[in-house]
Amino acid sequence: MNNISSSIPKIDHLEKANGSAIYVCDYDTDDMLHGRLLRSSIAKGIVRNVRIPELPDGYFYVDSTDIPGKNQVHMIQDDTPVFTNDVQFIGEPIGMLVGPDLKKVGSLLSETQVEYENLAPVFDARGSEDIFFDFNIEKGDVEAAFAHADRIIEGSFETGLQEHIYLETNGMIGKFQDGKMIIHGSLQCPYYVHGALVDATALTHENVIVKQDVTGGGFGGKEDFPSALACQVAIAAFKADGKSVRVVFEREEDIIATSKRHPSYCDYKLSVKDGKVTGMVSDIIVDAGAYTTMSMVVLQRATIGSSGVYNIENIKVRGRAPKTNTVPNGAFRGFGGPQVFFAIEMMMTHVAKELGVDSAEFKLKHIVQQGDLTSTSGKYHFPVPLKQMAAKVLKESDYFKKQKQYKNQTGRYRKGIGFSLVFHGAGFTGNGERDIIKAVAHLKKLKDGRVEILTANTDMGQGLATTFTKIVSKTLDLPPEKIIFSLPDTSRVPNSGPTVASRSIMVVGELLRRAAIRLKDEWIEGEEQLIEQRYEHPSFMIAFDAVNFKGDAYPTYSWQATVVETTIDTLTGGISIDNVWGSFDVGTPIDESIVIGQMEGGIIQSLGYAIMEKCTIYNGAINNKKLCDYIIPTAPDFPNMNVYLYVDEYPEGPFGAKGAGEMSHVGGAPAVLDAIQNALGTKLSKIPFMPEDVLDILREEKLDD
Amino acid sequence: MIDIIKFNLNDKEISYTGSASARLLDFLRDEKKMTGTKCGCKEGECGACCVIIDGKTVNSCLVAMGSIHGASIITIEGYSKTERFETLSKAFESVSAIQCGFCMPGMLLSSECILDGNPKPSETIVREGLSGNLCRCTGYNSIVKAVLKASEKGGGLW
Repeated sequence: MNNISSSIPKIDHLEKANGSAIYVCDYDTDDMLHGRLLRSSIAKGIVRNVRIPELPDGYFYVDSTDIPGKNQVHMIQDDTPVFTNDVQFIGEPIGMLVGPDLKKVGSLLSETQVEYENLAPVFDARGSEDIFFDFNIEKGDVEAAFAHADRIIEGSFETGLQEHIYLETNGMIGKFQDGKMIIHGSLQCPYYVHGALVDATALTHENVIVKQDVTGGGFGGKEDFPSALACQVAIAAFKADGKSVRVVFEREEDIIATSKRHPSYCDYKLSVKDGKVTGMVSDIIVDAGAYTTMSMVVLQRATIGSSGVYNIENIKVRGRAPKTNTVPNGAFRGFGGPQVFFAIEMMMTHVAKELGVDSAEFKLKHIVQQGDLTSTSGKYHFPVPLKQMAAKVLKESDYFKKQKQYKNQTGRYRKGIGFSLVFHGAGFTGNGERDIIKAVAHLKKLKDGRVEILTANTDMGQGLATTFTKIVSKTLDLPPEKIIFSLPDTSRVPNSGPTVASRSIMVVGELLRRAAIRLKDEWIEGEEQLIEQRYEHPSFMIAFDAVNFKGDAYPTYSWQATVVETTIDTLTGGISIDNVWGSFDVGTPIDESIVIGQMEGGIIQSLGYAIMEKCTIYNGAINNKKLCDYIIPTAPDFPNMNVYLYVDEYPEGPFGAKGAGEMSHVGGAPAVLDAIQNALGTKLSKIPFMPEDVLDILREEKLDD
Repeated sequence: MIDIIKFNLNDKEISYTGSASARLLDFLRDEKKMTGTKCGCKEGECGACCVIIDGKTVNSCLVAMGSIHGASIITIEGYSKTERFETLSKAFESVSAIQCGFCMPGMLLSSECILDGNPKPSETIVREGLSGNLCRCTGYNSIVKAVLKASEKGGGLW
């Protein structure tokens, strides 16, 4: 392994260990005002009147009439209002009450009454006629493939909501002073927040300053959402006479009102000829919720990924994101991948079962290879090491032997073993990086010889402060102590783009490496120097046509092969995970321990998604809104994981690195569901798959007897 | 009736005259400005606010001030000045076990209690001992490794 991979102590280790790191909730609030949002109690309707109790001195209320700029939160499309009068989901912000005492604000809020004109909401994505996005992919000749098929096999798959549960809830502090709006808080993308604030406040770019505080986890949950909260806090800050206004969510508010992973409904038809899949028709629906937020790009990734890691020559895919009157679904690690990879992976096991062949071998027979066409008729430009990676986990887990052994069990405890293959397209989909983001990174050399990294990318726990530092330190041959990484502040850093899409190391890390090479060449002792590095689109890429979905959607891919072994208790329905083996190719790990931590953390989120985390909505209201009824994995729930890093260096990434953080959330769910299929001898198609679902299957089994 | 609630906080005697029903968590964060104790849910589920009370980890969001008269409390601010913290922190650092860090003060105090009760714990004991502390980033593997490593390296400390 490249020697940059050897781990170093994380640069933010001690302040997080000893509790001295200041998160947004940790600022002294003695001189601050506290804000709480007035939220809708209905799913759809017009706000006719808001009756606020008489407010004591120092307390005030803001709503849409107080917005100097547009009543829109700028994201991709700008349909999310800052404060609404036209309610689209339960929990939507209508206004904010602000004052010096948080408890008093809370009691005033509970006395506030809203009169609505109720309208009929839509909750079922499949019944919604309001389709935000509708994408189509066609490759080859599906009609011919189906016409010549020996068999056509169908399957339908569903995945549920998933809540991020970053341990630190969303929070933001805003202050308007001397004509400048200064906002800081828990966030992934300072310039997303900045852009939204410019539109809502009608201030100039220079007069809006966004800073990231130490951020207690994001996983996508702090990608789009903080833009909305920042706008709301800013509108209140205008009226706060130069005082800071702080909003920090309670856990329940965070669960009710912030984005989640899109639930999905996927229908597949595969044509089979001579034991091989020749064609695929898939219909992908992701429930967008009430506003578009990130749904366009989540749906792009889902649509493109729906044929999985398989070389299916003839495909026809339709992807839709309908609107429902529920909390908007947004970015979550994997970004549309976990839904469709679950579907295609299960589908392949179902087809194998129908054909009477081993599902792992059947999958391996179909995997793409370097030079093959992607689903969008782009190219897999680089080696695809899935075969070697699969061989590793299949051998380490003794998969084939166990898989046979676990068939036809009858006792109380039944074991099962399952296998999945997935990829994650590294970086933004299509031309986003070239046409929209246009990343710029700076390196500033100080007179004393230290070098400061100036980028907008954030460390939310994934270790970017350390990995960026390592890239620059290694390239300049300077010890890490000579490199400065500060939390981004838009008044100091250029826009190097958001911290999303597993792009930060691959794209911005590479800009820093190139900047560091130039700085080394141009180094002048004792002088201050600034190096600016701009993004260049890889020349090998086939331009992406985002209307017809043709071309290279991604420059390269990260790969994962996973095996999971389970035990099912047929008395209680309990599902325990006995062992996990995962092989990951994320290119060169910039720091081995950090990358292993990303892989382990993603797998456990993916296993939670599959068998623990159930979030349901009834008439537009979220049922599971506390940590006691939305259950995430704890330390004893899952065993030690066996993580193997396979390195296929990506020539355009720094030291050969490509995207890492998201993929690990994609492979766990299909592997564990396959293991449960093995244990119960059935076909499964839905997550979350809970103990009650196990018991339902066993009941059917008994009825069949 | 007790008018003054007296307790020991990080080796300092405290006399408290406020509401007996106030949360220890709020007292620590809002009055003492000791923000190392984090608030993740305020309902005793996540463990981010746990502190050590008379040798046991307790979620401070569920502790009423009236219940701590005579107790001895250690928060991360006090614990981080000890040699045991130093050893534990080094072990966490060596496997990059801290990601976002929000659960960590609580996680480290729970780790201390595991080792205090059993200087050579098995992996199962470590996992059980950490079961009250949620971490969404790491998958717990690195944390478990770190506690076992501290146990190995911390000869005689626990």
